Amino acid sequence: MAISRRHILGLAGALSIGAMVAGLPGTAAAWEPTKPIDFIIMAGKGGGADKMARLMQAIVESEKMASKPLVPVNKSGGSGAEALIAAKGANDPDHTIMVTLNSFFTTPLRQPKLGIDIMTFAPVGRMAEDTFLLWVHKDSGIKTFEEFLAKAKADGNKWVMGGTGKAQEDELLTEYLNNNFGLTIKYVPYKGGGTVAKQLAGKHINSSVNNPSEALGFYESGDVVPILSFTAERLPLFPDVPTLKEKGKDFSYGMQRAVVGAPGMSADALKYYQDLFHKVYTSAKWQKYRKDKSLFGDELTGDPLKAYWDEQRERHRKMLTEMGAIK
Amino acid sequence: MEILGLLMDGVFIALDPLNILLMLIGVALGLFIGAMPGLGSVNGVAILLPATFLVPPASAMIFLAAIYYGAMYGGAISSITLGIPGASTAVATTFDGRPLALKGRADLALVTAAVASFVGGSVANVLFTAFAPPLASVALDFGDPEIFALMLLAFATFVGLGGDDIPKTLFSIFFGLVMASVGLDIMTGEPRLIFGDITGFMHGINFLVLAIGIYGIGEMLWTIDSTRGNLTMTEAVLSIKRILAACRESIKGWKGTAIGSFLGFFVGILPAAGATPGSLMAYGVTKMVSKNPKEFGKGHVGGVAAPEAANNSASTGAMLPMLTLGIPGSPTTAILLGGMVIWGLQPGPLLFQTQTEFVWGLIGSFYISNLFALIVNLAFIPLFIWMLRMPFTVLAPMIFVLSVVGGYAATQDMHDVWLMLIFGVGAYLLRKLDYPVAPAVLAIVLGPIAEPKLRQSLLFSSGDPMIFLERPISGPITVIAIILILLPLFKLIRDKLKGKKAAAG
Repeated sequence: MAISRRHILGLAGALSIGAMVAGLPGTAAAWEPTKPIDFIIMAGKGGGADKMARLMQAIVESEKMASKPLVPVNKSGGSGAEALIAAKGANDPDHTIMVTLNSFFTTPLRQPKLGIDIMTFAPVGRMAEDTFLLWVHKDSGIKTFEEFLAKAKADGNKWVMGGTGKAQEDELLTEYLNNNFGLTIKYVPYKGGGTVAKQLAGKHINSSVNNPSEALGFYESGDVVPILSFTAERLPLFPDVPTLKEKGKDFSYGMQRAVVGAPGMSADALKYYQDLFHKVYTSAKWQKYRKDKSLFGDELTGDPLKAYWDEQRERHRKMLTEMGAIK
Repeated sequence: MEILGLLMDGVFIALDPLNILLMLIGVALGLFIGAMPGLGSVNGVAILLPATFLVPPASAMIFLAAIYYGAMYGGAISSITLGIPGASTAVATTFDGRPLALKGRADLALVTAAVASFVGGSVANVLFTAFAPPLASVALDFGDPEIFALMLLAFATFVGLGGDDIPKTLFSIFFGLVMASVGLDIMTGEPRLIFGDITGFMHGINFLVLAIGIYGIGEMLWTIDSTRGNLTMTEAVLSIKRILAACRESIKGWKGTAIGSFLGFFVGILPAAGATPGSLMAYGVTKMVSKNPKEFGKGHVGGVAAPEAANNSASTGAMLPMLTLGIPGSPTTAILLGGMVIWGLQPGPLLFQTQTEFVWGLIGSFYISNLFALIVNLAFIPLFIWMLRMPFTVLAPMIFVLSVVGGYAATQDMHDVWLMLIFGVGAYLLRKLDYPVAPAVLAIVLGPIAEPKLRQSLLFSSGDPMIFLERPISGPITVIAIILILLPLFKLIRDKLKGKKAAAG
């Protein structure tokens, strides 16, 4: 025991000396991280956001894009509130970045007490926009959106939609269907998209609005069937699934998959991360993943990304107000 | 017999020299990671995941599975020798492992833990090999009401046990449940019990913080108090003969091993549960069916065997929903799942067909890793026992340091270190007043699983609690749980009646 402790101390000493050397001022070179980078994931382990974050970490790691490792930390508590607070209170904003989803917009709106202003976060890069589909179990016999509407209407609030979290993406979409098609679907929140997919495959819920990456396994095995897409155009992966637009509603909804820097990040550090994630974005692995998982959304960074946030925040404010989740 | 053929192919893949080397390294690393308080298989696998990009996916997975395995063995070591749970999965091992060590039978406890782990792992491997696809559909059949019923049963095994003081047990459970509800509510997103605005409470109270506080700090204070400082550390003699004798004696815990092996596997395959609840439930059930439940908590071999068999069995079990459904059954498998995505494998119902070599190579490696873990573990036992022979004046500061490190490592928040110290002092005081603390640990592990399941179920039924009784799987489980909870009440009434009769007669 004594030996291993001495080892650890020695290692810590070596590391801190290393960090001091690396951090010496006066070098004119561009900003580089001086210690491992905290990579906060705004969702639980195993969900869509988590898988994507770990893929980004893997790309950075395997192609040696960064001199220091990214250390993923899942903070899923309270629809992302825990992650937002952790990023806001980061001791070292230059070494703290976060993978966000739409709870980045909704949670600060719903919980003003948290004191989060998303515009204070540093715009590193939007890596993709994930898509939503409406799924049912194959045993339900439902094949079209019209059949779904008829069945859900007949079942009233016995029809259960499972989704991730409260007053988040999945419930917003459920609420949209309820309001626009005269349905009274009941919404039941779960911890993550993977669990929701399993609940549908086990026929514990009647439908879900999973992202393709979450439901793909059960889709390929034939257990679940997509019947509607919430995208502006049909998804290349599901060419036979109609969009909501084709059903006469001018509505589409996507999930941002963006990397942000902690509030207070220096301009030099921001530049570094923007370059880093641009490399990730253009890597072959990322492009393949985008294609395989049917992701939309081009790369956005800097001011255009902030403009996108502003637009999304207003949109979510409106949706949440209509839903009665905020005043 | 097709399965046997596939398994043989798998074992051959696992016996590739590179894979053997990776398994040996993985098991040894896992053993130490598991033995370090605060670090468990989750941390080990997460830290080493990026290191696996150097080898092919099948080998990478075999390596990570070996770490997972080794950590399950290793967790028992500090639970027994120091009384600090080495990993969350080994919390239940402290209940009887520590008292055994204090009696000078650390060798027996460590050998029992190793043997039970091996048996648990082996049983799980066989079940996995033979029944993976049908069991996957069982896992799918478990909805929210079923999981809640199962959690209720777990609580019931702790309440319904005769012997302990029931009101004090209930107090301990409720204290744990209150601790479990701290943090942000999943169902509404609102923060609860954060005492104004203390952000440290936002992420909830990690149960390792409670467990390390109770068993590390609390135990240390207790030992200092009960010996008034002039403690000569328990005799821990060591010889090959004693280890062999311990092997023979550890067979006494066979009941615990058997219960742990099967129950652990079953709990492991259920998404949301995992090895920690599995080991706690196995402990409760073994105590319940034992002829002398009073001996549990004082150094019963079965009390070490049950949780250790269960955590190994559950860790294999948790792989099942991950591979077949793409749903992780435990936090560690969630990270493994992430790894598979990175390697370009799509876990899910089709994996067994599309990636035969990968799947069976991994299953083959389970068998071999398990054997390696047993050998490595037994080989290190003398070292662990040697540690015990250190004087308490050396051991106590070490326990303190390891507890602080463990408390910090769990969430990397100083807030939790203070909390752990408070829990330690609190546990010491409760123990002075004869309160059992194990139920509080059980409650803080199971509470966060049970609560959302209860609320999701009630949402389904629009608030009607009959949903737990009406469904074919949850119904019987709920009934058994309720009977177990009421058992002490029946006993009390019977004893009262008997007393009256005796008085009248």
